[in-house]
Amino acid sequence: MSLDTAPPPARQQRRATPPAPKGPSAAARWARRAPLLPALIFTIIVTQLPFVATLIISVLRWNSLDPDNRGFAGFDNYAAVFTDANLRSSIVTTVILTVVVVVVCLVLGLGLALLLDQKFRGRGLVRTMLIAPFLVVPVAAALLWKHALYNPEYGLFNGAITWLWSLFGADRPPQPEWISDMPLVAVEAALVWQWTPFMMLILLAGLQSRPMDVVEAARIDGATPWQIFRYLTFPHLRQYLELGGLLGSIYIVQNFDAVFTITSGGLGTANLPYTIYQTFYQAHDYGQASAAGVVVVIGSLIIANFALRVVSSLLKDEVK
Amino acid sequence: MRRLVGVVAWFSAILFFAPVAWMVLTSLHSEPDAATNPPSLGAGLTLQGYEEFFGASTGQSPWPPLINSFSASIGSTIIVLLLAIPAAYALSIKKVEKWTDVMFFFLSTKMLPVVAGLLPIYLVAQFTGMLDNISFLVILYTSMNLPIAVWLMRSFLAEVPPEILEAASIDGAGLITTLRRVVAPIAMPGIAATALICFIFSWNELLFARVLTGVVAGTAPVFLTGFVTSQGLFLAKVCAAATVVSLPVLIAGFAAQDKLVQGLSLGAVK
Repeated sequence: MSLDTAPPPARQQRRATPPAPKGPSAAARWARRAPLLPALIFTIIVTQLPFVATLIISVLRWNSLDPDNRGFAGFDNYAAVFTDANLRSSIVTTVILTVVVVVVCLVLGLGLALLLDQKFRGRGLVRTMLIAPFLVVPVAAALLWKHALYNPEYGLFNGAITWLWSLFGADRPPQPEWISDMPLVAVEAALVWQWTPFMMLILLAGLQSRPMDVVEAARIDGATPWQIFRYLTFPHLRQYLELGGLLGSIYIVQNFDAVFTITSGGLGTANLPYTIYQTFYQAHDYGQASAAGVVVVIGSLIIANFALRVVSSLLKDEVK
Repeated sequence: MRRLVGVVAWFSAILFFAPVAWMVLTSLHSEPDAATNPPSLGAGLTLQGYEEFFGASTGQSPWPPLINSFSASIGSTIIVLLLAIPAAYALSIKKVEKWTDVMFFFLSTKMLPVVAGLLPIYLVAQFTGMLDNISFLVILYTSMNLPIAVWLMRSFLAEVPPEILEAASIDGAGLITTLRRVVAPIAMPGIAATALICFIFSWNELLFARVLTGVVAGTAPVFLTGFVTSQGLFLAKVCAAATVVSLPVLIAGFAAQDKLVQGLSLGAVK
């Protein structure tokens, strides 16, 4: 991050600030920067230095249970990351988990946002009820799903099945062991429940920022609701769908709480954050945990690259 | 059509809300009533689950973790605001050169996965004797929320009409007066929303707290992980625990409802 003094490109000049006088004195420039510096320096120290350290540790042979055998390992840790079956499967799990949760949340969130965009009785209350899942502390939500919903003996799901079966006079209702029968789906369902409101909120904001006069004109010209959705609403929503998808990916890729709580990483649900946590916290293999960390960073940077572009297009809209 | 929309919307809302309602209802049942199949919806209500959670029989009080969570969340939120407001000022009202680059630097730090920096952070804590210390969590939560706060506060401060600022400076108002009398009243709702969102994120955080704290500085989510393995009849107690720990977030979240989406999208969506 260089703070050199090139004149800002024209598009960044927004209402207000009169064009900076040519060559303000160094003192004036530093006076402008001063309020920014504490936050900037703090962020650089606390968020950037650890990654530099991770990068360095990732090429070291370092297991804290074997402190005497420390040294330079070159790319051995990376080779281990890509050949270790556990780590490889956790990469696959992370990708599946993220893609499934984000896509399902986007579809459900879009449906709910379209509903909430209509007028009906009690809309405010419906909105509040739909946001609630997002406001349950993630660990608490995971505990709730694990014990109160999925439990095969007394969980709500199997309880509801028993109740429905008895309603029709049938006995021997099916009582699936949700978590052990479909561990990854169990984690995904709990995450979808928590994250759908997030997508809904972003998409609803998008829907409500539509230029309504255009929609109205199309309606008067005889466009069907489907045509309006296909040719007006959807193109407008595209950047909001992208934003929701990318922010969702960033948060879900990092998910630790649900995996840790619902399955404790067992039954093939360990994702990268959980595996790294375990490599370092339980196996004490610092070098390998760091190499895996670097792999996650690279993966995230690829997503982030797209995310930044989307956010920047939204910021540019505002700057215009 | 309109009727159908209403029915579908209400049906989805009830479906999504049901687990939350179930959590609260179960927390108010006695343990034998909580764990039945089929569920006993109409069973008598009792506060036993809450008494158990607050340590009636085990003597293990959840108050220290709850207080730790409050200290870490409130402490980090205050520091975040103290750092973010001046920074946002320099990124919106009196802009530094290349302010968009600075914004994207802040944003990019949010995109790096926390877990990749965990080990060095742990080693630093160990080296400086800050393991199991709430102040260390405060520093980490500050760094976790600062980018969000900078983006949010900038989008709020950008709404201060420049004409007012010009008028103030023509009337001879100094920087401090302008900030106090002109900017602060307009930005106040934004500051409140930012504070609530930072509070929620700190309160929810598990990974750092789990790795870096122990008996002394453990936070409420860490306390909750004690319920991961089930032993005996304890469903009402778990639901009471989940309800109590979620309560501050539910309150803060509903209070900041309108600004929630702006906060979660880092101010990109209004």
